Amino acid sequence: MTATHPAIELKGISKAFGPVQANKDISIRVMPGTIHGIIGENGAGKSTLMSILYGFYKADAGEVFIAGQKTDIPDSQAAIAAGIGMVFQHFKLVENFTVLENIILGAEDGGFLKPSLAKARKSLVDLAAEYELNVDPDARIEEIGVGMQQRVEILKALYRQADILILDEPTGVLTPAEADQLFRILGRLREEGKTIILITHKLREIMDTTDTVSVMRRGEMTATVKTSETSPEQLAELMVGRKVLLRVDKTPAAPGPVVLDIQNLRVVDEQKVERLRGIDLQVRAGEILGIAGVAGNGQSELLEVLGGYADGTGTVTLNGQPIDLTGKYSDGRSRRTNGIAHVPEDRQREGLIMDFAAWENTAFGYHHDPAYTSGLLSNNAAIKAETQAKMNRFDVRPPNPQLAAKNFSGGNQQKIVLAREIERNPDLLLVGQPTRGVDIGAIEFIHQQIVALRDQGKAILLVSVELEEILSLADRVAVMFDGQIMGERLSQDTDEKELGLLMAGVGA
Amino acid sequence: MNFLALFDLSVLDSTVRLAVPLLLACLAGLFSERGGIFDIGLEGKMLAAAFFSAAIAATTGSVWIGLLAGIGASLTLSAVHGVASITFRGNQLISGVAINFLAAGLTVLIAQSWFRQGGRTPSLIGGGRFEPITLPFADALTTVPFFGPLYSELISGHSILVYVALLCVPGTWYILFRTRFGLRLRAVGENPAAVDTAGVSVVGLRFAAVGICGILCGIAGAYLATGLQAGFVKDMTAGRGFIALAALIFAKWRPWHALWATLLFGYLQAIALRPDIIEGALGFKVQVQLLDAMPYILTVVILAGFVGKAIPPRAGGEPYVKER
Repeated sequence: MTATHPAIELKGISKAFGPVQANKDISIRVMPGTIHGIIGENGAGKSTLMSILYGFYKADAGEVFIAGQKTDIPDSQAAIAAGIGMVFQHFKLVENFTVLENIILGAEDGGFLKPSLAKARKSLVDLAAEYELNVDPDARIEEIGVGMQQRVEILKALYRQADILILDEPTGVLTPAEADQLFRILGRLREEGKTIILITHKLREIMDTTDTVSVMRRGEMTATVKTSETSPEQLAELMVGRKVLLRVDKTPAAPGPVVLDIQNLRVVDEQKVERLRGIDLQVRAGEILGIAGVAGNGQSELLEVLGGYADGTGTVTLNGQPIDLTGKYSDGRSRRTNGIAHVPEDRQREGLIMDFAAWENTAFGYHHDPAYTSGLLSNNAAIKAETQAKMNRFDVRPPNPQLAAKNFSGGNQQKIVLAREIERNPDLLLVGQPTRGVDIGAIEFIHQQIVALRDQGKAILLVSVELEEILSLADRVAVMFDGQIMGERLSQDTDEKELGLLMAGVGA
Repeated sequence: MNFLALFDLSVLDSTVRLAVPLLLACLAGLFSERGGIFDIGLEGKMLAAAFFSAAIAATTGSVWIGLLAGIGASLTLSAVHGVASITFRGNQLISGVAINFLAAGLTVLIAQSWFRQGGRTPSLIGGGRFEPITLPFADALTTVPFFGPLYSELISGHSILVYVALLCVPGTWYILFRTRFGLRLRAVGENPAAVDTAGVSVVGLRFAAVGICGILCGIAGAYLATGLQAGFVKDMTAGRGFIALAALIFAKWRPWHALWATLLFGYLQAIALRPDIIEGALGFKVQVQLLDAMPYILTVVILAGFVGKAIPPRAGGEPYVKER
């Protein structure tokens, strides 16, 4: 009798933020002991729906049933009591607390810590054995990697006796190996009868791990299907509302002369740790060189030095002209004058000023361009007109130059940065994580723009932690590990397995 | 030169007495800032507490009622700070500045209106003041070499609030690091989202932190007017609230370090009262003005970050807004 009840059933959930209808009459049933995927583009309303389930927001209309019982969830406390645990995309951990302290926070037994900590330590051992979730209970959060931090979040939920686990974009920060490990753990939890809701925009994760999948688009649930009866192409179409090209459509590269030549590039960071340990690389005109690697192996430092905001030693030439790596001409403006454009890895911190309008952001770095100035003053009308034109060309939505950068979705923010950098006709384009946090429809567009620039005979250096992206977009792949190049491959001659080994520092 | 003279028992004795208001204010700030609420209004709260404790003690003749009135005044200002910065998510610095101005003006105004003595309260006599307590065996032990005078002069003979303040140090440490409340308080100052998603009220915890801060500031202010001095005079806190903040940074938000830091400031204030001892010890005369300025100079040096790297609670100063 009880087994026939869904673990969670939502009926007619609606939620509006002002004029924006984030969730529109959403109904969903998740059976116990299954992994249910919720997929949709950024802003489709996935996170809002889960926040309602976790008591962060109150739905305007609709009902929640947990194991067949109608349940009111006014706050997170009620959600926890109903057996719901949530692993947020950005972890909710106290950085300078130990693992154990984070786990008991809010679920202590009594007013004193000692018995609570002892009890948690004991049950942590049990949980670790049951679900293969090993962590050091006395390690501080700031000392452990993101994969471990995520385990702590899962343990937090399990320690609170959660039967339903919601994971919001859990692999966004993980390496491929860590992601595989996570999915093994989730499989294990399913075997033990837990119900898992996986929110993601990555089609492959849905196909590989879920039993059923719901697709959301613009606040509505467009379909719920059995994963085994669908295909990535069908899901992508349901998400975006039109047919989407999942592979990058490009002709073979026609590499010209060497544009960027890097010899023995070294970077030492503030803690005196050598982050780049003698990099040799060449990028030719008309080719895309992809830099693959697990985040934190020196890719960021490479972009920073080439972009002119970190110092390095070695020789870097652009079209045969040496680039200043430490001195007076080692800054962003000089790089732009040299013909290097840069789409930074972290667009919200380095690419844009989030509180400034789109037109102001469009001028940044090029604000001294004569077209943007009149005498000592900036020519705001000209910048706004140019921004409007760029927005139309790059399909930025909404095409409103007055809107602050923070009010655009991730994909549209990236298009603003890309429009600013690409249309300057650079000889070399540095691109870091071009599609991180960007939805499928926009990914397709951004990839097309990068390929179009290549076809104009420009050199492109692409850094991405997404192996799929590197393999489909780059013509040549260099793998970085621990500040060194482990090997270079032509992308048509290699595969994820080979690159994965190089990324782990094996082989070559 | 005789450096030992710099640590004359009478200087150490006044070090303790002068450090007490700093210590209480410092611990007050510690609770508030550990909970993520920056409070530059310690000064104003102390001042308000000093006035109301002295005024009520003078009218009722009971220092205990005065103490309660002081705590009440300080708590009222804490509530203002809490409503402004927690409920309405306002800027914590501006709210703190407002409290300082409010207290500086209102205390003198009300004092003039009540007592007509030029903005001060009448001198407190008898039960209107906290009297020194002689600890057991203090007299009997005076003859014991070294330890005897140390006990009878330095440790014994302070008012009850001095002992309360000193007990607050291990008390704060215990609450902060050994209780559920302390764990949650530290968490809410580091990452309120973690507390919120764990199903604990961020607003409730932060009001508790600000409330404890109010109580401790109240005791500090009451001690100034009814223990250290005998009555309220205009601006009698003399920047102690800010010195306490500097000591808090110096102590890196840790209770025992707060004790050492405030004792250092207390010592600088005590030695400034005894230029004769300095002259005797160093062999030359130091300007009194320079000695008076020493605690403030040290404050500037500490706030400018010359004393090591101090990492404040990470969510300090940031109103908590639930994110999507």
